Amino acid sequence: MRGTFSTFGKFLFASAVAAGLGLATPALAQEETIKVGVLHSLSGTMAISETTLKDTMLFLIEEQNKKGGLLGKKLEAVVVDPASDWPLFAEKARELIAVDKVSAVFGCWTSVSRKSVLPVFEELNSVLFYPVQYEGEESQRNVFYTGAAPNQQAIPAVDYLMNEEGVERWVLAGTDYVYPQTTNKILQAYLESKGVAKEDIMINYTPFGHSDWQTIVTDIKNFGSAGKKTAVVSTINGDANVPFYKELGNQGIKAEDIPVVAFSVGEEELAGLDTAPLVGHLTAWNYFQSVDTPENTAFIDAWRAFTKNDKRVTNDPMEAHVIGFNMWVKAVEKAGTTDPDAVIDSIIGVSVPNLTGDLSSMMPNHHITKPVLIGEIQADGQMETVWETSGLVVGDEWSDYLPDSKDLIADWRAPLSCGNFNVATGKCGGKGIN
Amino acid sequence: MILPALRCPPLILSLSKGHKSAVFAFLSFFLSLLVVFTSPASADEAALRAIIAKFAAAQNFKATEAVVQELAATSDPAVERPLAALAEGDLYFRKSDSAVFIGKEAGQAIKLADPLTSAEAGEEPKAAVTKIKVNNALRRSIRDALGGLTLGSPDANARIAAADTMFKTPVAANVEALDAAIAKETIGSVKLKLEQARASSVLVSDLPEDEKLAAIDVIAGIGSRDALSLLTGYETGAEGALKDAASAAVASMNSTLALWASAQNVWYGLSLGSVLLLAAIGLAITFGVMGVINMAHGEMVMLGAYTTFIVQNIIRTSFPGLFDWSLAIALPLAFLVSGAVGLAIERGIIRFLYGRPLETLLATWGVSLILQQAVRSIFGPTNREVGNPSWMSGAFDIGELSVTWNRLWILAFSLAVFFLLLFVMKRTSWGLQMRAVTANRRMASSMGIRTPWVDALTFALGSGIAGIAGVALSQIDNVSPNLGQGYIIDSFMVVVFGGVGNLWGTLVGAFSLGVLNKFLEPYAGAVLGKILVLVLIILFIQKRPRGLFALKGRAVEA
Repeated sequence: MRGTFSTFGKFLFASAVAAGLGLATPALAQEETIKVGVLHSLSGTMAISETTLKDTMLFLIEEQNKKGGLLGKKLEAVVVDPASDWPLFAEKARELIAVDKVSAVFGCWTSVSRKSVLPVFEELNSVLFYPVQYEGEESQRNVFYTGAAPNQQAIPAVDYLMNEEGVERWVLAGTDYVYPQTTNKILQAYLESKGVAKEDIMINYTPFGHSDWQTIVTDIKNFGSAGKKTAVVSTINGDANVPFYKELGNQGIKAEDIPVVAFSVGEEELAGLDTAPLVGHLTAWNYFQSVDTPENTAFIDAWRAFTKNDKRVTNDPMEAHVIGFNMWVKAVEKAGTTDPDAVIDSIIGVSVPNLTGDLSSMMPNHHITKPVLIGEIQADGQMETVWETSGLVVGDEWSDYLPDSKDLIADWRAPLSCGNFNVATGKCGGKGIN
Repeated sequence: MILPALRCPPLILSLSKGHKSAVFAFLSFFLSLLVVFTSPASADEAALRAIIAKFAAAQNFKATEAVVQELAATSDPAVERPLAALAEGDLYFRKSDSAVFIGKEAGQAIKLADPLTSAEAGEEPKAAVTKIKVNNALRRSIRDALGGLTLGSPDANARIAAADTMFKTPVAANVEALDAAIAKETIGSVKLKLEQARASSVLVSDLPEDEKLAAIDVIAGIGSRDALSLLTGYETGAEGALKDAASAAVASMNSTLALWASAQNVWYGLSLGSVLLLAAIGLAITFGVMGVINMAHGEMVMLGAYTTFIVQNIIRTSFPGLFDWSLAIALPLAFLVSGAVGLAIERGIIRFLYGRPLETLLATWGVSLILQQAVRSIFGPTNREVGNPSWMSGAFDIGELSVTWNRLWILAFSLAVFFLLLFVMKRTSWGLQMRAVTANRRMASSMGIRTPWVDALTFALGSGIAGIAGVALSQIDNVSPNLGQGYIIDSFMVVVFGGVGNLWGTLVGAFSLGVLNKFLEPYAGAVLGKILVLVLIILFIQKRPRGLFALKGRAVEA
């Protein structure tokens, strides 16, 4: 018994080591370097989305080193694998900051992983750049949100459907967790403020990885046959999307009849998929690979050269990392140091070119300005922009459409320095994590 | 464009015969010039071209839509070509002179063609032309506009499509056109569609009340969701007798549709049950018959799905004609791949751990992690594309019940696998040995059965069955390293619920859980529905620890 068990123990240990080997990249430092932490899952369920962001960071750091590094020093990436395990995110974040002494961390994908690392960044006073669209309702001193807040993605998408497609009836379909729940709450409040009746909104949640969509698609079909133009606003996450669109296609629901606008379907998810059932459906992002600007073309070329894969796609969270990284570099140059406090002060107001041909700026609420694009999914897995906002949209951390957050603002400049300042009571504090 | 060609013969006659070849050369050149560059042959065409030219100036979708409406209003069949091209996203204008063309991508260039005649008009690099943008709303109005134009099409399917479009978007002006079309129509099914379209148009027209009442009857007779949607929309704006008639029709349609909805639920339940059965059937062997808690079962399913991916990949690159056969080719391969991996796991790990369920559980769980990460390292973390063969796409209707082909095939397939397995277990000597070993290992051994090999082959069989389940599941789910995780809990649930060690129990368990789930889902929602099913199973297991069909007599482990 004991013998077998310890053999088995060794076996497990060996496999864990084998799994871990490919992940750690302990580059031997010959000279003094500035370390940059990369905190993205390289194994587990989120590896599907996050692996690319790790590559993006390595690419950006290499490019920066080619330009001579930062403050005369080379940059060095410290990659860790939190393995899609939320508590492990906090542990790895602590390891990056306390042991590896990184100057900034770029990472996290899901909101729950971000929430899990927040206390660590606050306690150890470091800087996190978070590149994914999220539900808002948060502004933290140590975090910079380079992805879209709901008003930079969800609300413009709904506006587009309402104004351009004449949609009157809404299905808000999402996976059952914090981002879809909060986004749908905001959207419901927004739609009701625009005069949409309660019975014209259907909200539906499904578990993670839901694959049997027959009933729900039939419900959507029935909901859409009430004589009013209907659309689906989808916050369905990750893997569940493909069976969902397949079922839509099989049941004969065309994008012309009931369009679906998705907030979590990007080029990376579509690459290598059977896109036939998705063609014509919509996505809302702040960046598409198909955007035709010199900056974007140059970026795609360099990225493909770096990954040695001329079919490698780019997507919105990658652009968010590009913007975030460049902002951090600029802020460090401006401050003359990588000290987090100095960077947190100097980064506000920093503007860097984004890939869609504008300048994105870091606002005092630690969110950035971005354009909003609505794209139609094409057969080749790319999006074609059908509509975009006329200018850049400022990320709104506290939604104006939720009763308990509409009075809150965030401003991290002195003297306010508050992530949830209540303009009604004139006090810092209230709802939220701070 | 036929017209200019007809005008040419006099030219030929006026030239001497000696120069005939030169004449032809000149003529063909002249003709091509005519086709491409001549001024319009008719005033109509000139007007059409003038309207089409406005596409280039349209700044937004609303402006483009106005041009579409203007084109449709000409009711000239010639506008079908540019409109269809616009809907496909193939309409471009040249930046230099704002001329509008139909374009087809050819490498880095766009091949241009005249929008009305589709005569070739040279090539331009991509940067020199601008695509006229189209969105869903525009496609819809183009479809409606084309509906009116194709009503007189010689193709019966086109006429039905036109009638369907007119049915869904009724316009009073359509009544006349439809009356004319009905008078001309000879095919019964098309005529029916046309009459239905007419009825929906009558509702929005100024025709007398009795006509409208008749129309309501016609629409109520269809009984479909679309008809219901139309009448519900009409009911809100109607008055008097019409409103009453419409309300009555809506009410009766609703009750019929409710019946169909329960039929639909049963079908969805069976379909979900078939997926559960497929996922669980391999486990019914490894866990049910052998008693091995095999946490790596889901990964066997995943390996089967990846085998399908590899097979399709090879077919795509080397034998594109065989694509519809890809699943049939993948089936035996998936069985072999997963079976071989299963065999290796049994020989390498599980055989040392028989009778120690906790350690088996941990060991197989470790194996599942290793397999997942191995697949992730080899194929990458992202989803892989597994296409649906043509015979597995789409749906057909039985009344108001829509049945998708892929689900129907999976149901048939899961039953086929089940009965094949039952046959192997009950009617072959190997099956007999398998059952003998699980019933009483030592006695079987003393009868000369090589129990270790029966164990290994049984485990391989269970794994191989999981592999072919993976082929089927690749058609409805993502092929990613996480594929198996989604099925492992459900599979155990089915086997435990159905009764460990009993194949029939697995069958009944899978289908009853599927139907139960689908009847709960509309009321409780997908998330709560799943939780309720789990709670019900736990309560059931409290009452009957051995599941639905408990093995009588000595327990497997005894």
